[in-house]
Amino acid sequence: MKYQTVIGLEIHAELCTESKVFCSCKNGFGFSPNTNCCPVCTGLPGALPVLNSKVYEYAIKAGLSMGSKISKYSVFERKNYFYPDLPKAYQISQLEYPLCIGGHIELELNGVTKIIRLNRIHVEEDAGKLIHSENKGSLIDFNRCSVPLIEMVTEPDLRSAQEAVALLEKIRQILVYLGISTGKMEQGAMRCDVNVSLMPEGSSVYGTRTELKNISSFRSVFAGIEYEVKRQTDILEKGGKVIQETRRWSDEKMQSFAMRNKEESQSYRYFPDPDLLPITVTPEYVQSIMAKLPRLPEQRIKQYVTEYNLPIYDATLIASERETAEYFEDCLALYNKPKEISNFIMSDILRLIKGQNQSLKNIPVNPKKLTDLLKMVSDGKVNVTVAKTVLEEIWKTDEDPEKAVVRMGLMQVNDMAEIEKIVREIIAQNPQAVEEFKAGKSKALAFFVGQIMKATKGKANPQIVNELVIKLINI
Amino acid sequence: MDYTLLTLLEASKLLKDRKVTSVELTKSFLQKIEQTKKLNTLITICKADALATAEKADKIIQSGVAYPALTGLPIIIKDNISTKGVRTTCGSKFLKNYIPPYNATVVEKLNAQNAVLLGKANMDEFAMGGSNEHSAYGNVLNPLNNEYVPGGSSGGSASAVGANLCLASLGSDTGGSIRQPAAYCGLIGLKPTYGLVSRFGLVAFASSLDQIGPLTKTVKDSALLLSVIAGSDEKDSTSEKFKLPDYNKCFTDSIRGLKVGISKEYLNLFMSDETKVSVNSVIEFLKQHGATLVDINLKNIDLSLSVYYVVACAEAASNLSRFDGVKYGVRAKDYKNLSELYFKSRTQGFGEEVKRRIMLGNFVLSSGYFDAYYKRAKKAQQAIKCEFEKAFNICDVIISPTTPSTAFKFGEKTDNPVEMYAADVYTVPVNIAELPAISIPCGKGQNNMPIGIQLIGKKFSECTLLNTADYIEKHYSWEGK
Repeated sequence: MKYQTVIGLEIHAELCTESKVFCSCKNGFGFSPNTNCCPVCTGLPGALPVLNSKVYEYAIKAGLSMGSKISKYSVFERKNYFYPDLPKAYQISQLEYPLCIGGHIELELNGVTKIIRLNRIHVEEDAGKLIHSENKGSLIDFNRCSVPLIEMVTEPDLRSAQEAVALLEKIRQILVYLGISTGKMEQGAMRCDVNVSLMPEGSSVYGTRTELKNISSFRSVFAGIEYEVKRQTDILEKGGKVIQETRRWSDEKMQSFAMRNKEESQSYRYFPDPDLLPITVTPEYVQSIMAKLPRLPEQRIKQYVTEYNLPIYDATLIASERETAEYFEDCLALYNKPKEISNFIMSDILRLIKGQNQSLKNIPVNPKKLTDLLKMVSDGKVNVTVAKTVLEEIWKTDEDPEKAVVRMGLMQVNDMAEIEKIVREIIAQNPQAVEEFKAGKSKALAFFVGQIMKATKGKANPQIVNELVIKLINI
Repeated sequence: MDYTLLTLLEASKLLKDRKVTSVELTKSFLQKIEQTKKLNTLITICKADALATAEKADKIIQSGVAYPALTGLPIIIKDNISTKGVRTTCGSKFLKNYIPPYNATVVEKLNAQNAVLLGKANMDEFAMGGSNEHSAYGNVLNPLNNEYVPGGSSGGSASAVGANLCLASLGSDTGGSIRQPAAYCGLIGLKPTYGLVSRFGLVAFASSLDQIGPLTKTVKDSALLLSVIAGSDEKDSTSEKFKLPDYNKCFTDSIRGLKVGISKEYLNLFMSDETKVSVNSVIEFLKQHGATLVDINLKNIDLSLSVYYVVACAEAASNLSRFDGVKYGVRAKDYKNLSELYFKSRTQGFGEEVKRRIMLGNFVLSSGYFDAYYKRAKKAQQAIKCEFEKAFNICDVIISPTTPSTAFKFGEKTDNPVEMYAADVYTVPVNIAELPAISIPCGKGQNNMPIGIQLIGKKFSECTLLNTADYIEKHYSWEGK
């Protein structure tokens, strides 16, 4: 029998607010263990949580960008369970009244658009980290306690590992675009639980699902789903029954292992946290956040292609990151030549910024400088090759392009007489090449042009050089 | 002159008039504490710190600058209020070595005034109990008669004021834990409106019900202490933002026109005959002195005790889960794995009453029972709140006894928790409805132990309560007062 895979995801993303969700500790990564925590986030007796309103603002941004309804009334609840990384022995989360209800995300897969529905997005706090060491036993680092998280829960609308990973990539792009999460998987900024089940193809009744817990890379999500599909298929084909259980994925062994089944599953004894009052969000507040939302990649790609006539490849690349898109649009406002700009961004700016740990917001070549340089090209003051050299120079010196060109003596030579003098010299020095040219070898022309450009340090107007070489040899 | 017999206001005046120094006051109290050790009032005595603060206070007073009201005045606080550098046990073995790295907001407020903290008062473990028989540090005795319990859970705080070991004290009240011991020891106990005093640093028993409040010898002392500890706190989301009245200026020495609510259902809950006589006598007195009696309806009031034990235990079970032996407090020595570490540490660290309530709380929150218990209790709580709100449309204060009867003897109720819980029947409705209430003495029972009367006000009407209580304190008398 053929089986249809059914997948639902619970995606956790850390929000990158300045401070944590219920205390004023810094929300950051890389502190030495237990140096970034306080009585509140370590749950010392008597300490009380106070909601950081920025967290709600960020979560509302996520909800609005994913088409969720923002609840007027939401409630924090306590999810009670014992674990050493959870110092209060409960996680502050949301259950009955989450902040965002419903929503959906559009996926483009092999040219087909598919809509994945969201069930909800809720706000919660992260737990600390356990570090298992060989000689010191298990150690706890509480720094991550109370780092703000949003949990996005999908409906079981995904049908393959590819779709699941595509959805994760899409969500990551949206969160980073909104500036509400770093999206840095390697720092644990995004993790997910994967629910997988199988049903006979054509059926509409879901099979028994298993849940893979806390997977922290796209690659593992993919591998985990593939493994689980195979495991469940084997069971079903042998006439067995899949057991509803929580499973742990091991990257080393590329296998999943049973953690606990339904009977052993915890009762979390959720109830409204009496330390935090229910939260009311006014429509005006939601409206004010809506007004500040950035345009997302799809909208931008569409505009770049239809209005600016960029190829889809260029449009997608430029729109994929918010800073690049904003840099591009800022350039466009100064110089209305989309393709020239996108060429330079794609071939030079993105290359120069790579590995420099710099942001497009504060690179030395700002949109004004780049477009000034491009204008010099179109005015015939420098050619494209020189422009690229100049770009690299002003990246280092922070100069205005025109000043740099003058200082470097790279202003294009358009003076016929001056160029003619050089052309004649080169012809005179290379009689053999002249013969070859006359014999019809086109390579010889390129040789002459190359020699002349070298002699003029690339300053000569290439078009004039071309014309002159042909004219003077043929005399 | 025995300074320990002074009221808070009297001592304040003597300090101001330079007739006594804070160091002299502090030494007298420390001496008294030494002499009365058998009362077992304090878990920790802060002798050196107290004297240092007293010296500092004396310098301030002698410098002639204006200074805050509590400067140099010796007080005691309950041992579930976090004090930086001073161990805070909550009456539990679990926290016998726990020293908080931060101060509760109320402690910050007292420190800012250079009030002298003499020590941390004994209490029922984690504030669970009404007799102080549930402290890991032993029973506290009632200073009026050592065979009797002082009440609880703020038994140490009450006994300390009753035995003149301090000028005033702070307790905490989740279901009556300030008012009931005040009644048993013949003191003034004020439970403020929920949200009036910051809970930051108060080790939580039931977060939605807990409030810190004063235990004092007089109503005006209560007003003074309240005026220092009240006020909104950005560290406590449940603290209310509003402009505080000056509680020291609530007193008009008149109750003319005061509308006193009388609820038959409430008064008939359960009360001894002698208590009934006392309550009726106070009601009669109020009427004769210009108050109007108004009949009010509180027909769901009998649900209060059930609501209270469901909600309070649910919250307590969650609040006390952090005591797991991992980070601080008791850790069992012999464990083979993580769940044994939890299980054994908690088994060894908690007393019987605490375990009982944790189990109750986890039961009512567990799946399958949540709707039947917790949700229904919250509904009933809402109904009770609404009834009080309606009642306060037509009256200013509601009157009841503080407790069904006078203090009982040690061991009398320890075998029957339900009977012990019933002693809270008059106090818990106040916490459930988030209201303020004050207990003041109004008579004596056959056993020569005091009877307390409770005045309940609408939210944030502490001024009305204090004024009414002050009037009764001044003008109402009984045989043997």
